[in-house]
Amino acid sequence: MANYKSMSVAAHHLSAKMSILYKASMALALVGVFVLFSAWFSNMAYDSVPLLTFSLLSMALGILGITYSLYADRHAGIKNNGVWHDNLTSRGTIAWASGIILTAFYVILYWYPQVLGLGADGSANTGLIRLFDPLSKALNGKQASQWFVYGALYTFVILFLGIKFIVKYRHNKYQIYRTISIIFFQTFIAFLLPEVLQSLNLPYNDFKNIWPLNYYFFFDWHLDELQANGTFGIFILVWGILSFLVFTPILTYFFGKRWYCSWVCGCGGLAETAGDPFRHLSDKSVKSWKIERYLIYSVLVFAVVMTVGVLYTRFTGNEKFLFVGSDALSSWYGFYIGAIFSGIVGVGFYPLMGSRVWCRFGCPMAAYLGIFQRKASKFRITTNGGQCISCGNCSTYCEMGIDVKSYAQQGQDIVRASCVGCGICSAVCPRGVLRLEDGSGDIGSRAQEKRNVLFDELLNQ
Amino acid sequence: MNVIIIGNGIAGTTAARFIRKQSDAKITMISGESTYPFSRTALMYIYMGHMKYDHTKLYEDGFWAKNNIDLIEKWVDHIDFDKKEVLLSGGSSVSYDKLIIATGSKPNKFGWPGENLNGVQGLYHLQDLEKMEAASAKGIKRAVIVGGGLIGVEMAEMFHSRHIPVTFLVREESFWNPVLPEGESLMVGKHIVDHGIDLRLGEELSEIVDDGDGNVKSIKTKNGEEIECNFVGLTVGVSPNVAFLKSTNLNINRGIQVNEYLETNQTDVFAIGDCAELSKPSPGRRPIEAVWYAGRMMAQVAAANVTGKKLAYDPGTWFNSAKFFDIEYQVYGDISPKETDGVSQFYWEHPELPKSVRIAFDTQTLAVRGFNLMGIRYRQEVCTSWIENKVNIDEVMTNLKAANFDPEFFKMYEEDMIKAFNKQYSKTISSQGKRKLSFIRKLMQTNG
Repeated sequence: MANYKSMSVAAHHLSAKMSILYKASMALALVGVFVLFSAWFSNMAYDSVPLLTFSLLSMALGILGITYSLYADRHAGIKNNGVWHDNLTSRGTIAWASGIILTAFYVILYWYPQVLGLGADGSANTGLIRLFDPLSKALNGKQASQWFVYGALYTFVILFLGIKFIVKYRHNKYQIYRTISIIFFQTFIAFLLPEVLQSLNLPYNDFKNIWPLNYYFFFDWHLDELQANGTFGIFILVWGILSFLVFTPILTYFFGKRWYCSWVCGCGGLAETAGDPFRHLSDKSVKSWKIERYLIYSVLVFAVVMTVGVLYTRFTGNEKFLFVGSDALSSWYGFYIGAIFSGIVGVGFYPLMGSRVWCRFGCPMAAYLGIFQRKASKFRITTNGGQCISCGNCSTYCEMGIDVKSYAQQGQDIVRASCVGCGICSAVCPRGVLRLEDGSGDIGSRAQEKRNVLFDELLNQ
Repeated sequence: MNVIIIGNGIAGTTAARFIRKQSDAKITMISGESTYPFSRTALMYIYMGHMKYDHTKLYEDGFWAKNNIDLIEKWVDHIDFDKKEVLLSGGSSVSYDKLIIATGSKPNKFGWPGENLNGVQGLYHLQDLEKMEAASAKGIKRAVIVGGGLIGVEMAEMFHSRHIPVTFLVREESFWNPVLPEGESLMVGKHIVDHGIDLRLGEELSEIVDDGDGNVKSIKTKNGEEIECNFVGLTVGVSPNVAFLKSTNLNINRGIQVNEYLETNQTDVFAIGDCAELSKPSPGRRPIEAVWYAGRMMAQVAAANVTGKKLAYDPGTWFNSAKFFDIEYQVYGDISPKETDGVSQFYWEHPELPKSVRIAFDTQTLAVRGFNLMGIRYRQEVCTSWIENKVNIDEVMTNLKAANFDPEFFKMYEEDMIKAFNKQYSKTISSQGKRKLSFIRKLMQTNG
């Protein structure tokens, strides 16, 4: 008889102990958040350095403690127990409250930064923004702006919730590597490098933020700024043009849009880390797929028309473009797409509509990448023969709302413009049916032909 | 033509879809279990909170109307084969030109004292899940699961996900050893114990004790131990769900007897899936294969026969899959749990992690016969093609990497396996395989 040392009792005691650690860690993280709020709302003459350090430290330790308590005593594997029972992750009251708070934060950030404590016309900051002054001065020599605060918190969240994600998927190297990549690009390329550039009196630039996601790239003020910066300005201009014209098509041909959306992009980065607990909330219906296609390609067209208008005005001096002015076009775009769609709806609605609302319905870069992925890419998700048991885990945990199961259960490969290649469908599949691959040839035929296992072969005999 | 399908499991549903592909017959699917077809294999994930019931539906609700497939949510009481009529609960009836019976299984009970008490149940139907939820809402202090098969281990994982202590009685001396060879069986047993499950090997149920109010108070084992519990899961296999047809002229043994065309002894009546018993199964296969995949394949064959193409059922190379907590399991072809004459088995196991690969081959001809995989994913098309074309084990080992289906960046152990194989059989094989799709396609063309 097989003899095992029984740990039967231990495991349950452990989970109780872990739940104490979990609660303590959650409290610690909330203390850190509370400090941010109290710096914001009190008129205390606080000392920024120790207070910010304390806040960030307690949030960081809190997240690490939560991570440890959730995953440390468990076997490596899929950790979705209770996702649909938990108030926060199943659109409960806590989810609604979080959604409202996040949304409010974005509204204030975009349109009322003075509420956060931004000093009017260069006067000294107060409140939350003053808290970040020392960090900002250390990095770029200037006092903080609301965008600096946002960038710092954004990076902090991707870093620490990224670590949580890595521990959660520690058995899956694809998830580990791409999360390290996301953390790297956010921390160094999106956050630190632009700050360093500013401290050197060079123009702010996030080298991985590619037009049309970076919709202001061809705006007058931006081109002026680049022109005023000689060789370096020209380098940024050329880099930016090459990025969307050359790098994007080539990389997407070889790897699919995932190289950008789930390995590099900051919006994707936040969705994969902070948004991971909400990925299953995306709508999988055919109807929402239809809405998605209308919306995202409309935004792409909008971005292109707006950019053409802006450039037309720049080179002809003629403000009038297509009945409206290019100024109006660009400010509408900034307001409706840049602020409302990508920020407020994109992140504010995480706890209600899932983590990739912006990426799925709005991002023009995703639309652009998606066209290549659908029409000219080696990337696809292959199905392992007839092994699918139609359980639905793949579709449920697809943050892009792709009904993966509908393909897998027919033995079909999956080629969808929207797939960001996060690899979670393959990870959560309990039968090992799905694999992300960059294959050669016949992408269309493998994907479109319904490879019904057995049946077609039999009938063709 | 008017086709009635009884049962909306994977067999019934697949039959409906494939008949629709082939014809514009009127199709009606009857089930008392659920309004819309759902994935039975996903029931555990609903309990564990990975999904909600809606996520497990096979198709969107509008799919059935769009494909002109009528659904009736009623139980079937009786079938009148002479009048070609199906009698439904509530007294109504529907008539058919062709009938497909796909009523699935029901969990086994072996006449234990107390087996009908409150808190004793199996796990097969949606209603069983509802019962488990109701019992859990009242509070389960300890659950005892009887029977070490796939449903048993799923149930253990379900309770484990809610921190409910589980005692797991398994008759065999090593976990699922009627199917799993020793190495894999020991690995899974250890994995179950590592999850804090109180696994009792070589232990059987003798009786379930009543608390005086018709509820479970405890169970007694054959070794005389009494274990306090207020839930007992009976997972000692399933039997065809055919009791309601016993009084008819339908030829029933354990399941409904069907020939290779899946026809029963009644005109225009077919039976598929768990409830069907093949009178002449393919060599090496059982007459009843209560497996998801078999149900789906039978349905496709029945659909062809219903729509007038005479097609014999050939299940092809055996395959199955399961998951034991965090260990994924795949099997392709013929893997015997015990050493058999004339068949060699090469076994590689990871020194620490629960991962292993077993490859069976003919000792004389060296033709590969089967693959057993734990914690490593292999490509079904590649393995099946090797088995069906009786490819030499040396060639299989040489190209083994082509079968690997693990996600990108996962460590591949095929070189270790080849090294171990070379050592064990004094060979000098070097790895030539790639898992690029272009390589695989070329490989399969050469095989075919």
